[in-house]
Amino acid sequence: MSLDRRAVVRTLLSSRGDTLVVAGLGSAAWDVAAAGDDNRNFYMWGGMGGAAMMGLGLALAQPGRRVLVVTGDGELLMGLGSLATIALRRPRNLAIVVLDNGMFGETGMQPSHTSGPTSLSGVARACGVPVVFDVEREAEVAPLVRELAESNDLLFARVRVATDELPRVLPERDGQVLKARFRAAIGV
Amino acid sequence: MARTSTADWPAGIHAALRRTRVAQVAYVPDAGHARLISLCRDDPAIDDVLLTTEEEGVALAAGAWLGGVRSALLMQSSGVGNCVNMFAMTRTCRFPLLLIVTMRGEWEEFNPWQVPMGTTTEAVLRLAGVEVRRVDDAADVEGAIDAAVAHAFGEEAAVAVLLSQRLIGKKEWTR
Repeated sequence: MSLDRRAVVRTLLSSRGDTLVVAGLGSAAWDVAAAGDDNRNFYMWGGMGGAAMMGLGLALAQPGRRVLVVTGDGELLMGLGSLATIALRRPRNLAIVVLDNGMFGETGMQPSHTSGPTSLSGVARACGVPVVFDVEREAEVAPLVRELAESNDLLFARVRVATDELPRVLPERDGQVLKARFRAAIGV
Repeated sequence: MARTSTADWPAGIHAALRRTRVAQVAYVPDAGHARLISLCRDDPAIDDVLLTTEEEGVALAAGAWLGGVRSALLMQSSGVGNCVNMFAMTRTCRFPLLLIVTMRGEWEEFNPWQVPMGTTTEAVLRLAGVEVRRVDDAADVEGAIDAAVAHAFGEEAAVAVLLSQRLIGKKEWTR
């Protein structure tokens, strides 16, 4: 019984505090929007493969705040090398959560490499990410939430989620508006 | 303001980045940028970020700006081709972007595989909405970086400073 992606993201963000969120394009962005819009969410409608790196730039710029990247398996697969880049730099305030349904959802649910032999948590470990979670069951969500709140190190979590196609919840799509409201919200 | 000697134009770029509060410098290792990369790595005021591919640096710069920090991205001309789709995000969101590009494939190039990207770099950047400022003389490098930083971050523009292959010098192929 795979996890419901919307419920997982809602749980992750329910006690976000001053966490800054970058949402990778596609379903992950709709999941973050569905959990409740916030000016400190930056939703990517493009730039596939760039979500984790955007998180790195933000985490280095704002070392006093927790930065959470929420993205999907397809989005991360396009920028796998970024895990090596991020592990080398090891920002202690960055967390990357990948909602892995083993599918390219936005293009019509074609199987991704993680439906085959590829393990994203394995890639993260091999790149040298110090804290890696592999979440497959409901009982494993709470420890991840706790770690997100308390962790003082670079963290990667791969969360196996169901393949259901959920109704899209579309956030603001004007990139200049998203950028300006985010910067205003954190006072830069 | 004090200018460093033109022979040491990488130190001039480093000085300009410091002066203009650029706090992140991302790069894929490049012979033309080797000295600048080394200066940035040794500078505690700069977060240096070693990339696996140049497009990572475009997304990094966007994230840095969301967090209120100026970022510069160093690459050689071949790296421009790796960035094209990520430039679309820069343009759509009007993120500032500062590229410092060492040119290959345009002068005394030994490696023909560098030529296709080197000869189309300027056109690719322009098509992607990145302003191009080409520098052929070492004496102009530091001032060009100062001006590019002011424009990129003052007006949220994408700017590339291209350092010509003639300026950088020929790659030595014997060791």
